[in-house]
Amino acid sequence: MATYADLKLSHRIFMQNYPFSRYAITDNPAAKLSKPLSECRVALITTAGLRLENDTSFSHSKRDKLGDCSFREISIETPVQSLIEDHSSSSFDRSGVESDKNLALPVDRFRELEADGVIGSLNRRSFSFMGSIISPGRLIRETAPAVASLLKQDAVDAVFLTPV
Amino acid sequence: MCIQTVGLIQAAIERVGIPTVSISLLKEVTEAIKPPRAFFVPFKMGFPLAAANNPGRQMAVIKQALALLERADTPILQEFRP
Repeated sequence: MATYADLKLSHRIFMQNYPFSRYAITDNPAAKLSKPLSECRVALITTAGLRLENDTSFSHSKRDKLGDCSFREISIETPVQSLIEDHSSSSFDRSGVESDKNLALPVDRFRELEADGVIGSLNRRSFSFMGSIISPGRLIRETAPAVASLLKQDAVDAVFLTPV
Repeated sequence: MCIQTVGLIQAAIERVGIPTVSISLLKEVTEAIKPPRAFFVPFKMGFPLAAANNPGRQMAVIKQALALLERADTPILQEFRP
């Protein structure tokens, strides 16, 4: 079980002092499923910093230490195990995701759910962020709404999100 | 910070009318951010779906999390049942 007590001392002190309440979601923006899950088109989003090998790297620059709010698009035709794990944070054990990308972006599992009729279909693309964003202003104003708009264009009915 | 980021992305998606569910690895952060539907799992950071190269355990987490999509009593913070 992960709690603050399990984190490295430097991370624990940071988390205990970070003003999470400043970013609390206060408008309870709850959408409803419009149809049974077995008919829904489902999209995947991860904040594991996964990307295509030939795509632009997430920023690891000290200049961007408050976070990289950009995102990468990943076609579900891309074999999930060929993705690059490009997260800059030292707050998690990356050995699991390095050996199996489905742990953070479960494309193969959702293909199985599609084949079994549990979901209608898996959306043609997934989206990936690098989650260690300390200053999320641009994420809130620009990049998260941009992904929401792309999901709307794709006629996605539900979204499954995975942090690391 | 991944858990805050996930919650903020979720909120943006729900605002355009698409329901979402996320995995949470740190309950303290999810309780503060209050995303619409979060599924708290008792695994270490970096292992949101339990284990690498273990489709059965990954699927068990995913199926329990997907069940939250049917619920409208948001914000929801549900815990994994092994």
